[in-house]
Amino acid sequence: MTDKVARRGFLVGGLGGAALLAAAGCTSNEPSAAPSAGAAPAPAPSAGGNDQPGTKVTIGFSAPAADHGWIAAIAKNAEAAAKQYPDIDFKPVEPTNDINQQISAVESLVAAKVAALVILPNDGQQLNQVALQATQAGIPVVNLDRVFPDKLAYRTWIGGDNYGMGVAAGHYIGKKLKDKGVTNPVIVEIQGIATLPLTQDRSKGFADALKTYGFSVTAKQDAKFTVETGNQVATSLLQAHKKIDALWNHDDDQGIGVLAAIKEAGRKEFFMVGGAGSLNAMKEIQSGSSVLEATVTYSPTMASSAIKLARLIAQGKGMSDLVENQVPQSITLASETITKENVEKYLPLGFES
Amino acid sequence: MAEAGRTVAEAPVTTAAPRSFELRHLGLFVALALLVGVGLVTRPAAFATADNLVSILSLAATIGVITVGATFVIIGGGIDLSVGAVMALASVWATTVATQEFGPVVMAICAILVGTGAGLVSGLLVAYGRLVPFIATLAMLVAARGLAQRMSDRRTQLVRPDNQAIVDLATTRVLGVPLLVYVFALVVVLGWVLLNRTTFGRRTYAVGGNPEAARLAGIDVRRHTMLLYALSGLCCGIAAILIMARTTTGSSTHGDLYELDAIAAVIIGGTLLTGGRGTIVGSILGLLIFTIITNLFILNGLNTSDQLIAKGLIIVVAVLLQRRNLKERTP
Repeated sequence: MTDKVARRGFLVGGLGGAALLAAAGCTSNEPSAAPSAGAAPAPAPSAGGNDQPGTKVTIGFSAPAADHGWIAAIAKNAEAAAKQYPDIDFKPVEPTNDINQQISAVESLVAAKVAALVILPNDGQQLNQVALQATQAGIPVVNLDRVFPDKLAYRTWIGGDNYGMGVAAGHYIGKKLKDKGVTNPVIVEIQGIATLPLTQDRSKGFADALKTYGFSVTAKQDAKFTVETGNQVATSLLQAHKKIDALWNHDDDQGIGVLAAIKEAGRKEFFMVGGAGSLNAMKEIQSGSSVLEATVTYSPTMASSAIKLARLIAQGKGMSDLVENQVPQSITLASETITKENVEKYLPLGFES
Repeated sequence: MAEAGRTVAEAPVTTAAPRSFELRHLGLFVALALLVGVGLVTRPAAFATADNLVSILSLAATIGVITVGATFVIIGGGIDLSVGAVMALASVWATTVATQEFGPVVMAICAILVGTGAGLVSGLLVAYGRLVPFIATLAMLVAARGLAQRMSDRRTQLVRPDNQAIVDLATTRVLGVPLLVYVFALVVVLGWVLLNRTTFGRRTYAVGGNPEAARLAGIDVRRHTMLLYALSGLCCGIAAILIMARTTTGSSTHGDLYELDAIAAVIIGGTLLTGGRGTIVGSILGLLIFTIITNLFILNGLNTSDQLIAKGLIIVVAVLLQRRNLKERTP
């Protein structure tokens, strides 16, 4: 705390300007009463005795810098899951968006001889080498979400299903339009960063699922996962299409901007589906008065699960619901569809943008 | 470098006659007309509507306000790379829980103070710290972005429902046009008056054209330079209010690469990077060209990569044309 105060004092002092000082009273975010995304999702009731304290294990954790709500939730969830177990000694390294820095961060964890590593790489390709080194040094690596291309580099992969996310959105939209009896619907898609494989997978799943209903995407445009780009793209797309039947937006963070654009344009004739499952999106869905009717999950709770898996692997246990003695090699989470009907159940899992 | 030889008396202010106004902006109007033509041909139903015009203006408003400030700094012989980051910082500062307690008016004042304050710091560093503008404002870019991330904990901060008045700027329409477009227009008009009808404006041209001559003519060059950056910061603060209105949020990711868009608009508009010459009208036309391109690409469902290529080409062509114009006009 003193550290924080001192730092702020330094910043304000450094910036100097009297104007800044006048506004300094307005910096604080501390009185935030909002429920933190870190509030750990309650552990699933354990069938066996896996939640009983076992041998003490040190788990290293490395992830990209949290400049997006989803990644921020990953880090918070990992930490919260680790705190649930007295037998975990949680060792996160400074998050970074620099490949080089993440490599050395992982190297430092290997040197510290942790019992297991959980890594969400900035880029699976580029971190593959260092994960391989860790595995060869006898440290089991749990690969979170962005996959290492080399299976020798990790013990277990757990992550979301981008293709499945598109499929879930496609089915929700396809079924709803079919039920309404709409022919030739105008379906608009707002993507994240178009060059990323994950975006391409999402779009492919979406198109494939729509095809089963005989529908196709009328127009798609990429934003950049930020509120502002979502707003800009949506503003123009709404101009381009005077009548829309359904809209899928890949990402709930940029969705805030998309929703703002829709409200600004005063459009209500269509329904919208989101992606990822942020708290904001869930609240919009819950309100029932928003165009946002559903969102398909790509849940950062996978980080909590990854920590649990790392603990089990390090302690040599299997998953109690499965017959096998060891943790599986790969776990792909299903993309779940959140609607007004089931949103209550998901609210505790929602992450803050 | 030919500029350096000019004296204050010869600065373009004195020659800013209507004739040169038309000449100077003719190319820009032609480019705009061409783009509008493309819009009419490719998407006749969607492009030429009052609604689309409004949405183009709303899209342009945020960067537009910043561009006005950037025009002053560049005419004054400097450059401000920190505009996007300062806007992000102001938007974050104005949307913290503590600031939001005080209501929309304080939020707006906070954004403006933070923007102006940051601009003032850049200005002090450039004018009195003798730092090269490029470096001083680059430092401000990095630091302001970092501070914005630290304050917001890298989260997106929503404008609370009880501060809806901020968002109303984007949603309330007067005569079919959202309030934020009026704010944009007001800033442009005030900027034009300040640059063309006041001593401050004349001094800006003088300081940018030939600082040494300006000093000899009795202008406090350092103080004036500092004020130019503060003015740019002020514009960033106003832009922060507009972006909060449009997106309903404050975020450290706002305004990414705005500095490049603003500088590009200013340059296309005929302002010399070396200072001493340029107009607000040109900058705004340059910006509208960019915004219409974005709009056209999205209306036609083309992807963003091609958009960037088109913008790059336009910058090069615009500057080449201007150089030719300059040569023709030099006796």
